[in-house]
Amino acid sequence: MLEETGPEWLSEEVKTGTTIIAIEFDGGVVLGSDSRVSAGASVVNRVMNKLSPLHDKIYCALSGSAADAQTIAEIVNYQLDVHSIEIGEDPQVRSAATLVRNISYKYKEELSAHLIVAGWDRRDGGQVFATLNGLLTRQPFAVGGSGSSYVYGFVDAEYRRGIRKEECQQFVVNTLTLAMNRDGSSGGVAYVVTIDEHGTEEKVVLGNQLPTFFDQ
Amino acid sequence: MATLTAVRPAFGGFSFDNCKRNAVLEVEASKVGCSVPAARKTGTTICGVVFKDGVVLGADTRATEGMIVADKNCSKIHYISPNIYCCGAGTAADTEMTTQLISSNLELHSLSTGRLPRVATANRMLKQMLFRYQGYIGAALVLGGVDCNGPHLYSIYPHGSTDKLPYVTMGSGSLAAMAVFEDRYKPDMEEDAAKQLVRDAIAAGIFNDLGSGSNIDLCVITKSKVNYIRPHDEANKKGVRVTELEALKL
Repeated sequence: MLEETGPEWLSEEVKTGTTIIAIEFDGGVVLGSDSRVSAGASVVNRVMNKLSPLHDKIYCALSGSAADAQTIAEIVNYQLDVHSIEIGEDPQVRSAATLVRNISYKYKEELSAHLIVAGWDRRDGGQVFATLNGLLTRQPFAVGGSGSSYVYGFVDAEYRRGIRKEECQQFVVNTLTLAMNRDGSSGGVAYVVTIDEHGTEEKVVLGNQLPTFFDQ
Repeated sequence: MATLTAVRPAFGGFSFDNCKRNAVLEVEASKVGCSVPAARKTGTTICGVVFKDGVVLGADTRATEGMIVADKNCSKIHYISPNIYCCGAGTAADTEMTTQLISSNLELHSLSTGRLPRVATANRMLKQMLFRYQGYIGAALVLGGVDCNGPHLYSIYPHGSTDKLPYVTMGSGSLAAMAVFEDRYKPDMEEDAAKQLVRDAIAAGIFNDLGSGSNIDLCVITKSKVNYIRPHDEANKKGVRVTELEALKL
């Protein structure tokens, strides 16, 4: 039967599906995300980097509607640029998170995106902020996106305070892998960004380099 | 401190009232037994690929109005600037007017800066406009061009999200075309290989998707020149009519 409804990508909004995670370690933060962008049942981009820079040492992780999340990240990037010129130094992570929160709260009814903001600043070191639905809360770690539901238990059980950088990166990769295995809307490759006082390091972990678990 | 908006009561902006009215009209019309006129869609297979010296954009040439082919040879590759072209899928009027508007604004911008426009600028302008209209402008675009930073290719969705990739497909035939790309794409291809790949991807869309058909148009953009090849390949030639006598002889 010929359908009048047309192609999916016209009627279905492009969502990032997603698993995103940010964890604070001793001296900085590690952010991680998968790379799948879906519109209905088709994947429109299998290599999207959902870790978007807001400033040199502040990144945000995108989830929810792709258009809404990208737009918020770009607007806040611009606002932070202006802000950091006005104060004459690098902005605080809390400022970036507040700017994101202000947009998410004001346009709460119209937007459907969740951004996790994480970074490093001189004053408070590594910080992770959740901005879901317009709240602003600092947390030692935050997970988000459709795949996060599958890994809340894992993260709650395995997280320890004061872990070192390499351990933290491995923890993030493990969590992403477990979520990508179970969630249909998450997949592709894993992007990992590590931010500390020395700088920002971006890494891609390809599909065949991800750790394997029980069912593989 | 940087603030999101100046303190001012919200007025102006885009009014979505007509969309509600249209929904009501659709219900009323079906009660009486008639149907609202269908917007002409381009159905479509469009795609683009980045090769060694630039980008190749490709499109089919069928425009549909519901189940009828409204135009057998429409042009879906639109001019944005001398070094940037854009393929459009979705509602034909939306893609046409959106690309013309951004082309005009980009020319003014280019005169103001005194430089050749960049693909990233066109991308920003398009995505900000489409986001402002919250997906009601049904334009899905493949934007490609060569600027001072090299060749670039973007896909832009009706709600305003964009992806920057080495190869993209859009339209109802996008799955068929993407299958060809995923199989045969290699980075840094030569121009002829890239043209052949795009031609094959569009052909896959034409033969396997009902919303795409007719011929294949190509547009090859490099630093020095733009080659708008219309048509590149007449995949569906109309047969020659014969009289009954001649048909009996065949």
